[in-house]
Amino acid sequence: MISAARAKTSSAALSLNRRHFLRAATGIGLGGSLFSFSPAPALALPGARKAVVVTFGGGARDDETFAPDGQENIPHLLNDLIPRATFFSQVVNRGILGHYVATASLATGAYETFNNFAAAPPDNPTVFEYFRRELKRPASDAWVVAPSNGFARIGESGHRSYGPGKGATVVLPKRLLTAALGSGGTRDYEHLLLDSYESPVYSQTLAGDVEGLHRLAEILKLSVQDFTRLAKSLNSPDELSVFVARQLMRRLAPSLLWITLHDMDIAHSGAFSLYVEGIRRSDQLCAEIWKMIQSEPEYAGKTTLLILPDFGRDSDAEAGGNGFQHHRTGDASSRTTWMMALGPGIRENVIVDRPVESIDLVPTLGSLLGFSPRLSKGKPLTEIL
Amino acid sequence: MPISAAELKKEHFAKYPPEARQLAMRYVSLLSELPLSFLPLLLREIIQYDWKFPIERRDLDRQLSYLASQTADVRRRTLASFGELQLSPALTRMDWVSAPVRFSEELTAYLWKSRQIDSFRAAAVTYVRNLDAAARAEPLPMRRLGIVLVGKGVTDNKYSLFRKLRPRGVYFTQVDPQNGVQIVLDTVTQRAGAHRASFAHWYIDGGPPETIPSVELSRVSYHSLEPVRTALLDRVRKIAQTHSMGPEGVVTTLAQMQPEELGLSGDSVLNRFQVDLLTQGSGTQVFSTTFVQWAAREALRRAQPLTLLARFAPRQRERPMNELLAGTFPSELDPQGALVDADMGGYYTWLNQQRLSDAEKSSFLIWFEGHREAVAIGPSLEPGTESTERLSLAQILKKIA
Repeated sequence: MISAARAKTSSAALSLNRRHFLRAATGIGLGGSLFSFSPAPALALPGARKAVVVTFGGGARDDETFAPDGQENIPHLLNDLIPRATFFSQVVNRGILGHYVATASLATGAYETFNNFAAAPPDNPTVFEYFRRELKRPASDAWVVAPSNGFARIGESGHRSYGPGKGATVVLPKRLLTAALGSGGTRDYEHLLLDSYESPVYSQTLAGDVEGLHRLAEILKLSVQDFTRLAKSLNSPDELSVFVARQLMRRLAPSLLWITLHDMDIAHSGAFSLYVEGIRRSDQLCAEIWKMIQSEPEYAGKTTLLILPDFGRDSDAEAGGNGFQHHRTGDASSRTTWMMALGPGIRENVIVDRPVESIDLVPTLGSLLGFSPRLSKGKPLTEIL
Repeated sequence: MPISAAELKKEHFAKYPPEARQLAMRYVSLLSELPLSFLPLLLREIIQYDWKFPIERRDLDRQLSYLASQTADVRRRTLASFGELQLSPALTRMDWVSAPVRFSEELTAYLWKSRQIDSFRAAAVTYVRNLDAAARAEPLPMRRLGIVLVGKGVTDNKYSLFRKLRPRGVYFTQVDPQNGVQIVLDTVTQRAGAHRASFAHWYIDGGPPETIPSVELSRVSYHSLEPVRTALLDRVRKIAQTHSMGPEGVVTTLAQMQPEELGLSGDSVLNRFQVDLLTQGSGTQVFSTTFVQWAAREALRRAQPLTLLARFAPRQRERPMNELLAGTFPSELDPQGALVDADMGGYYTWLNQQRLSDAEKSSFLIWFEGHREAVAIGPSLEPGTESTERLSLAQILKKIA
């Protein structure tokens, strides 16, 4: 029998494993923890004025990423990004492990408790609302590119002091593509129209957002025909999301841009090969986003990129789960993940082992960009401030 | 009218299936003393008693008699962690006697929302550990054997197979593939004949099933269940089109479906098991590889078979979930993707077999069908070794069976 002791992998043990794997793979962090480094000259640089947040709305486990057998799936994270990043190896999510509610928790800095499958706004103010109100930013300066219908209301909260019109504009690229295709055939675009994976026995028909499509087309200076033509050349919903994000960066250059990737959540269907493909695609897209930041004049040299999964997935050792397929047990593997931060003023090639929480993201963004998320329950991550 | 546990009476179980009703009535005194955070979970098992496998019935009988044998004080201590969980007023108002499955789903959602899920999980782990410790281990009539075949339909492969299983056993690189499938089927047949018992020997196939002589062998195949899957997906489509309920409501509705509604006839226990695979498993309706892995997991967890043969077959290529469910385009197969899925599925099958009793004596074989690669695991084999000896599958099976 598999012993209970073996099944109980703690968050701290997962963190140490990540450090160990990273050392083996990249040589990173050989100097020890952050505090063994002397103060970096970059501290003197002015704070970043823009931030791009990339979340994976479908966690990936160490087994398929940082562990020896998984490293082949994340060459870009390992070789291109982590050497330039401060890497938090133990990010714990203590909230509900459903993708929409968890991503909403990341965006509010407080553990949201609404029904994951409900089209509800977060109860607490979002980072976008704090950002816009305190810095007096226009609506065009905060955007979310989200994967599925379920994320439609993540841009602004139901909090009475904030709410409608005060948060971020949410783009649901798949809904736009559905609208662009109209009543015509979707055969050529079927690979881009995958919606939620979290409950595969149930799939809502994607509703097209014709009004939103034309509004966005106008903003992005991109015709509907061009949008559908370009979309046809893409391989997955996440590629479509990054394509839209790129257009936003070029045309509007928002100071706060939030992109949620979702391809790897096909793990819920139980097909391991498709889950791994999703991880590889996310790995590549993260590197592309970093390149976009470096190459766009509005972003280069003044943007912090933060990448983190919303949470993990169940451990193979947890008898109550089914390994990579779900995140239902609440075990350490499903609750513990990582985060990396890159950009001006952020130390490179550093691992931070201390436990932090995923709700620490919002106060950290507040400190980076200069606003105060007063209702957030998290704490700023001082290592990157 | 909501009732408390203390108010439970025999007549509350009047709508339970016959054998479940008898069991619940026999233990009504015990049940009335259990905390509400635990009792409906036990009722969820009891209400399904009529469709449980023999070993599941034995385990449930044991669990009830274990609790009944304790004094009230000891039982309170045993279940103290469950008793400390706070339930919402809405939960206490539910009809948890007649609908324990629905209650369990609501309870789970509430535990997550109220951040008590970790406490619940810890309580459950401790409870099961104590229950297992109290149970007397019975020797198995024969050593348990799991066999997994992967890669049907794959001619060339560059994927490195069995990486997770190689450290557990011997990695054979020169297997003689001649008559391999038949040798495996003969082994399963022979074992089923040697120890005849209901649901002790299983054959699960992701494609059309092979013909096997009439022995006591529980057979499940993705291919044979096609009419059932079609009927089920049709039902899902209709519910989705009405937008009358969210995903949780759909799952609950599907869980209540009867085998007869989906066109199944014959063995009621096996039929219920198959319907459960399709209504409670994610992806089992659309990917044959997921179906085989989940069926093997559930067969091992629930029936605890002495012999399990799980054969993976090519699955359909990925398409949008709406189309996979609707079947609007002809299926295109993805044998290579299925091989990767099956490689992981084989590892999970071994893991699940290791969760059963006498795991240290059990044996396991995974073979790349039609090819020369296999891993065999057993008490007589040296873990983490490699063999280049040219052996037939019969010779390898002889080493471990």
